[in-house]
Amino acid sequence: MKRCDKQIDAGRRWFLSGAGVAAAGAAAIAISPGARADTPAPATVYPANRLGNLADIKVGSPFQVNYPDADSPGVLLKLGEKVAGGVGPDGDIVGFTTMCPHKGFPLSFNAEDKTLNCPGHYSVFDCENGGQQVWGHATQNLPQYALSVDSKGDIYANGVDELIYGRLSNVLKG
Amino acid sequence: MTYKRNINKLPIIPKGAKEHNVTCNFCIVGCGYKAYTWGLNEVGGTAPGQNALGVNLGKQQEAMTSNWYSPSMYNIVKQNGEDVHVVIKPDANCVVNSGLGSIRGARMAEELHSTARFTQQQRLTEPMVWRYGQMQPTSWDDALDLVAKVTAQVIADQGEDGLFVSMFDHGGAGGGYENTWGTGKLYFGAMKIKNCRIHNRPAYNSEVHATRDMGVGELNNCYEDAELADTLVAIGNNALETQTNYFLNHWIPNLRGMTGDKKKAEMPNEEHPPARIVFVDPRRTVTINAAEIEAGKDRVLHLAINSGTDLALFNAWFTYIHDKGWTDSAFIKASTKDYDKAVTDNKMSLAEAAKITGLSIADIQKSAEWIAQPKKGGARRRTMFAYEKGLIWGNDNYRTNAAIVNVALATGNVGRPGGGCVRMGGHQEGYVRPDYPGGKPAPYIDKLLFEGKGGVHHIWACDHYKTTLNADKFKEMYRHRTDMVKNAMGSVPYGDRDGMVKAIAAAIKNGGLFSVDVDIVPSKIGQASHVWLPAATAGEMNLTSMNGERRLRLTERYMDPPGSAMPDCLIAARIANHLEKAFKALKMDKEAAKFKGFDWKTEEDAFMDGYHLNAGGGKFVTYDRLRAMGTNGVQEPATGFADGKLTGTKRLFADGKFNSKDGKATFFASAWRGLELADKVAEKKKFPFLINNGRVNQVWQSAYLDQQETFVTDRIPYAFIQMNPADMKGLGISAGDLVEVYNENGATQAMAYPTPTARPKQTFMLFGFPNGVAGNVVSAGVNELVIPNYKQTWGNIRKIAAAPANARATSFKSWEYKV
Repeated sequence: MKRCDKQIDAGRRWFLSGAGVAAAGAAAIAISPGARADTPAPATVYPANRLGNLADIKVGSPFQVNYPDADSPGVLLKLGEKVAGGVGPDGDIVGFTTMCPHKGFPLSFNAEDKTLNCPGHYSVFDCENGGQQVWGHATQNLPQYALSVDSKGDIYANGVDELIYGRLSNVLKG
Repeated sequence: MTYKRNINKLPIIPKGAKEHNVTCNFCIVGCGYKAYTWGLNEVGGTAPGQNALGVNLGKQQEAMTSNWYSPSMYNIVKQNGEDVHVVIKPDANCVVNSGLGSIRGARMAEELHSTARFTQQQRLTEPMVWRYGQMQPTSWDDALDLVAKVTAQVIADQGEDGLFVSMFDHGGAGGGYENTWGTGKLYFGAMKIKNCRIHNRPAYNSEVHATRDMGVGELNNCYEDAELADTLVAIGNNALETQTNYFLNHWIPNLRGMTGDKKKAEMPNEEHPPARIVFVDPRRTVTINAAEIEAGKDRVLHLAINSGTDLALFNAWFTYIHDKGWTDSAFIKASTKDYDKAVTDNKMSLAEAAKITGLSIADIQKSAEWIAQPKKGGARRRTMFAYEKGLIWGNDNYRTNAAIVNVALATGNVGRPGGGCVRMGGHQEGYVRPDYPGGKPAPYIDKLLFEGKGGVHHIWACDHYKTTLNADKFKEMYRHRTDMVKNAMGSVPYGDRDGMVKAIAAAIKNGGLFSVDVDIVPSKIGQASHVWLPAATAGEMNLTSMNGERRLRLTERYMDPPGSAMPDCLIAARIANHLEKAFKALKMDKEAAKFKGFDWKTEEDAFMDGYHLNAGGGKFVTYDRLRAMGTNGVQEPATGFADGKLTGTKRLFADGKFNSKDGKATFFASAWRGLELADKVAEKKKFPFLINNGRVNQVWQSAYLDQQETFVTDRIPYAFIQMNPADMKGLGISAGDLVEVYNENGATQAMAYPTPTARPKQTFMLFGFPNGVAGNVVSAGVNELVIPNYKQTWGNIRKIAAAPANARATSFKSWEYKV
């Protein structure tokens, strides 16, 4: 366990040193502590959570969210060009988890490539292509939110298409 | 759309689930894993007392947790005939990987054969024979009888030189000590088969002959040395992609400056400056990118040499270091010989080397300083040299290998902490066999097959169609010769065994070839074969191998082989049993008598007969003892057994004694002589593009399992070729277009991947992929010891089709992590 801790420390220290996340527009979301004390049976019904409003989301500015619960950080992105799975009037708004599906390090947004990048072990995920891992160590592509927009412009998440890092059920609490 | 599993929940490993030691099936690093299995109707819970991990799984786990597994780490498999859940997840307590899983190893579970979840349905489950114009299932007895009778007849007609064998010599899946011994005892013990080759080269030879001839075994250090080195020198290797967790868990901590305490403790009384790294590679890789991120660009030096000129660079280092007096003269005197001769013969000035390599004099000088300039206070700089296929499959293999070992010896960097001169490795190792009966150089098997030699070909987990040189022409010849036998087999009713063997023997006399393929999946070369024998792989059998620091582990059997598949060692034993019968039937009693000692019932029998009795230190090692050593195992050679534990060897040559009669390592003369092979010189002149080739992170070996993994094929639907965008524009090629790569050796197909960091006219193609074989355009030329040269290949490129739908669905963005 000692060496494993060393790796965690290495990643965190590097992360906190700022090199990977200080870039403008980075969606740096610290890992939530996960303070739940009880151990409920996992549920599989996704909550429909309001994550934000169209007015909140600007091109090039990652909008931090949490889904399906407060311990699971994510991001909404307005990419500026229509993409598959995109919502909103321009079909360009997408949402992803920001915990790397390899080892759970917080991803940062690279505005030039429109990718989410991992400071832990250098994995890169394409926000314009369903979170496809461009290069990296994760054995799944980046979990993406199923989004919808209501008449008020409120953006809702209604599900996730892959297992989120660090939990054996995406919905921890029924 | 990008592939998603849409799995939102996984079964929880219940308390009491069975736990098995597993070493990753795949690369040399051999990461430790644990396989958990439990009954289909058993259910684990989120409460700490309800699951095998003993933690609250009802909450979010933190980064680097060992309490999570991804969908790729889960499956349902057969165990003693019953379906069971299985999770194979990285072991945090293994010192090799400390809980890290690579994109290859962390998919081991998903790449198991599962009838419940339909994974790896390509696996061979029964012996198959050519019958009525196609491959048909048959019994082991029937298949082995046919194989033995045809093989015995060929030996009766041509002698043992009529039997050609292609067989793995490595560890991990498709190899391991049990299986190298099983096949080795059959072909080198019972028989004396000279016409033999290995999976990735056309002869039975070492990839690193020179270092062995110098007395310096190639896996001489330990992974911790990468944490202790002042300078790391990476030559023709791309560790982040091909030895992933060795790099992440041992190189990166040093480059991040996190191993200072360990350095102080193990090497007191000397300065420990921030680590530096030198890369020798014509191509910029993701490994270089990662090193720059961690160490800063000022401590990373990428020497982007002209392809194939490594030797000139190494000799320039050697000369400069000698001239500066930065050598370890005490070590040279005590432990080596022929130093002065090497200094004379290998002389190469910085200016000459700069001209040959295309590097600046300043960069060559700087790299030599990083390697050998004494540290403040005068202490010797500790430098670790690590090379792999860029050198091994490159120009003038023997001399180039010798030249880098010269530098390591001159600077006293073998057998010491923070040093080592090692190959990085491909597969794990797992070699124990009787001596190869052939000579040196060994026969060039592909050439002999071209010439119509050999009557029967036994293939063990090799797929020449994907992973050999001159592959286009090899396939054409091989199809022709094996089709002659197929046609002959079609002329006799299958049930007439004597008639069938006679018809096959007659076709062989006319130039035909009978082909037997032992593998876990139908291979590409297997399309030409007449018999397929289904093998078991690691986890379906107990299997031992060692990794790149000689760490020996036992992967325990946690599931059944599919159908009636068997471990290779037992297949070899059953072939031996049938050959004994076949020779008796031919009244060749002397031949029949050779096949004694193949009565193994289990793989453990083969291990005890082979490794235990024949490997260095093997006498201390048993399955029970290895099992107790878990995923950390023991570093070979084992030196004893005490207090329930095996003891081993952290570093080779730590006492300054090398593998030679007088215990001294030998410096070798290795003067630069340009491109060694004439056909490469001509090819370079004639064709504009360098077709460099190699591996990629996502794919293991020739994609024999990954070809059925949607996660992989979604990302890499075709073998890619990375090209400079301006070169693509000049040829009218867009991202994802299918292009033809061609030269006078043959032609192949690849998907164009624009890569701004690719130098103009220098491409990089994925090697060994099923739908685009780079080996098709690699010339037949080999060095003096029959080592191929895959890397120095030149060709032309033209568009053949616009990007198909599956290529259009992939990303063509930069692989590099950017802040």
